[in-house]
Amino acid sequence: MKNTSEIIEYCQELYEDIDFTATRKWKDADPARKVVGYMPVYVPRELMHAGGILSLGILGGGDSMEVIHGDAYYQSYICRIPRSTIELAVTKRLDFVDGMLFPSICDVIRNLSGMWKLLMPDVYVRYFDTPQNFISGIGGDYYVNELRELKEGLEGIIGREITDDQIRNSIAVYNENRRLVNAVYDFRTAEPWKAPSWEVYLLMRAGMVLPVEEHSQLMSDYLAAAVSEDKPMRDNCRIILQGSFCEQPPLNLIKSIELSGCYIVDDDYMLVTRWLLEDVPTDGDPLVNLSEAFIKHSGETAAKYVPDAADKGKFLINAVKDKAAEGVIFAAPSFCDPALLDRPMMAGALSRTDIPYISFKYAENSGQMQPIREQAGTFADTIKLWSEAS
Amino acid sequence: MSPADINEDVIKESSMLKQKEMISANYEKLTSAPETGQKVASTYVPGNLNELIMCFDMLNNLPEINAIQNGMRKQSGAMIQDAEKMGHSEDVCTYVKADIGNMAKGAIAPNGKPMPVPDLLMLSYTGCFTFLKWFELLRDQYGCRTAMLHVPYEGDGVITANMRDYVVKQLKEEVIPTFEEVSGVKFDIDRLRENLKNSAKAEEDFVWVLESAKNKPSPIDAYFGGVYYVGPIFTAFRGTTDAIDYYKILRGEIEQRIASGQGPITPEGEMKEEKYRLVVEGPPNWTSFREFWKMFYDEGAVVVSSTYTKVGGVYDYDGFRHDPDNPLESLADYCLGCYTNRNLPMRVDMIEKAMEEYQADGFLINSIKSCNSFSAGQLMMMREVENRTGKPAAFIETDLVDPRYFSPANVKNRLESYFQMIDQKRAGGSPSRAA
Repeated sequence: MKNTSEIIEYCQELYEDIDFTATRKWKDADPARKVVGYMPVYVPRELMHAGGILSLGILGGGDSMEVIHGDAYYQSYICRIPRSTIELAVTKRLDFVDGMLFPSICDVIRNLSGMWKLLMPDVYVRYFDTPQNFISGIGGDYYVNELRELKEGLEGIIGREITDDQIRNSIAVYNENRRLVNAVYDFRTAEPWKAPSWEVYLLMRAGMVLPVEEHSQLMSDYLAAAVSEDKPMRDNCRIILQGSFCEQPPLNLIKSIELSGCYIVDDDYMLVTRWLLEDVPTDGDPLVNLSEAFIKHSGETAAKYVPDAADKGKFLINAVKDKAAEGVIFAAPSFCDPALLDRPMMAGALSRTDIPYISFKYAENSGQMQPIREQAGTFADTIKLWSEAS
Repeated sequence: MSPADINEDVIKESSMLKQKEMISANYEKLTSAPETGQKVASTYVPGNLNELIMCFDMLNNLPEINAIQNGMRKQSGAMIQDAEKMGHSEDVCTYVKADIGNMAKGAIAPNGKPMPVPDLLMLSYTGCFTFLKWFELLRDQYGCRTAMLHVPYEGDGVITANMRDYVVKQLKEEVIPTFEEVSGVKFDIDRLRENLKNSAKAEEDFVWVLESAKNKPSPIDAYFGGVYYVGPIFTAFRGTTDAIDYYKILRGEIEQRIASGQGPITPEGEMKEEKYRLVVEGPPNWTSFREFWKMFYDEGAVVVSSTYTKVGGVYDYDGFRHDPDNPLESLADYCLGCYTNRNLPMRVDMIEKAMEEYQADGFLINSIKSCNSFSAGQLMMMREVENRTGKPAAFIETDLVDPRYFSPANVKNRLESYFQMIDQKRAGGSPSRAA
């Protein structure tokens, strides 16, 4: 059995490989294989899987890639993920990708879908517009048709029909994957010293580039190893990290928060892995099932409308309670409209429930971690002082 | 958008006076709503459902317009800074922060009276992600009802049956029942048809006005003047007889200008010589609107077509008119077709077509720091338009209502260089790439 260090070392290799060698290898193994890229926050990967397509999560270029061309496409006041994603494209790092999905998260990613159409007229490009109406007969019906259109688009890529049975099978595969993702998260919540967040992060990042079955196996192996390994428990405070659902922080930022005395017991990285909160039924109409799961049992993030004002912030507050967190760190990318516009409301909801929080911004290539470490460290100290006083 | 009541020293034509009266009367109605008992809906310019709002005897208040009014009155800067002190990020939309800062100061309308708390936030989520957050923020402050209308984005450059059905279903099952509850007025589809009939009439004249810029010289400036011309049709007057009258008067004035070979009216009188014909993409800067405009007319530059005059509805490009025979479908198509709800390839096609039809000498982008809906991708759009048309393009950066992001010297320098570039191109030279 592999130990956690070996597993994480492999995940880190995948993470650092901005040429997506593992995914390329998978594709090269069979000329009929296809790859479809997607951006945050959520796409129904079950449909790609049902068509034998590998879903490739594109989360920008990270801090190791120098952005040269990408900056010529964007003004200085636009976040970094689209410019590094363009850089990936124009430097041919995505030349093996047969299609790209741009989910409805913000205007920048939305417009990137049009740029992709202009840049790569031969690639299948879809702006994937999920409903903001959460009534089955309205938003649900619309979404079923959106899924159908996406399925037809994917069928165009693979040149054959995707059957309902194939989708049902893929739903089962992803149900299992989500169960394992949740198991890893639950394990970290319970014993965060045994599953450091930077390790969990890399483990989830592997799921962006690997076939889902391999990713599930990897998580299974990690859990088995982590449970049996003994790591020292520190007197850290327990925090939830919020606002990093699109452009990703550098790995060092996650490490810095932990080093400053915080256990991250929940986060919103790569929400696609656990966007659906319950298993999707594997009988009946699979598109209706995926739609209903989205409408009725999906997570919450700033890109999603909350119909009832009374529910705004509840998801986060419940997470704080469920995970026994002691505070929230809002860590949003600079110029991120969803996260930054949402923050005052979320902060207000936390204040009303006496949950402490701090905020800072980052970019995927932020290099200077000392200020973040100091801020997070002070926050952790303050929480510890409060809890001792109480 | 409708700042006719701001520039007191502008030479007033009848249409300007008419619009000023309309705007003043609407603000009076809004600010006296607590006394009259009339209900108020707040909504946005893109996806504005004024014909529907009027069916419930409700007034239409548009926070973007209030932010513009405060921008032109030089009051938005302080409001934005107040909102930032309250925890709103310096990175986000300044319309939102001007609105929230204004609320903190008592939400004073341009007539000096306090705006009422809206009875309904009509969240028409059309072409701009920030809209969704903006009304969540206002809902948080006001605690009032919100009706959400999700308008899908034209990602593939077409309106599909699924998109239209989704919008219509939301109107029928969510939006209209909410209006009925809030207003206490039962929905009457014939009333809506009547309003839509009025809209279509005004839209005919409005399109004629926009297309009058195909004349040489152009009798209008379709950007700086255009923001006045779109006022009634983009705001609280579409569907009213007032809007029909306004566009009739305006059309008459422009017909006279064409007959006598006159150029556009500027704040300093008629523009005498048309030296450069431009197509402009993006909203204008409002805090230094007059100064910005002067940089153009001083150089003999007239904007013959602008994308900003399509943000509250596209009527000229593909001939859309509100259709009383298909009222809800027509409202859906209107929302779906607003400029920023169209994908980038479509926006490039629209600009390319305008460059050709309006015989433009160049293409200019005023990129707005606050507005990712417009701005993200504009550098690529510029290169596409330049490549397709062979006409010189230029790029300037300002903001909507944050005076900190309007740098007059920089903008002026850039524009002067750009006009020289056009001259060089005309003289047969090969200008360097985009300024």
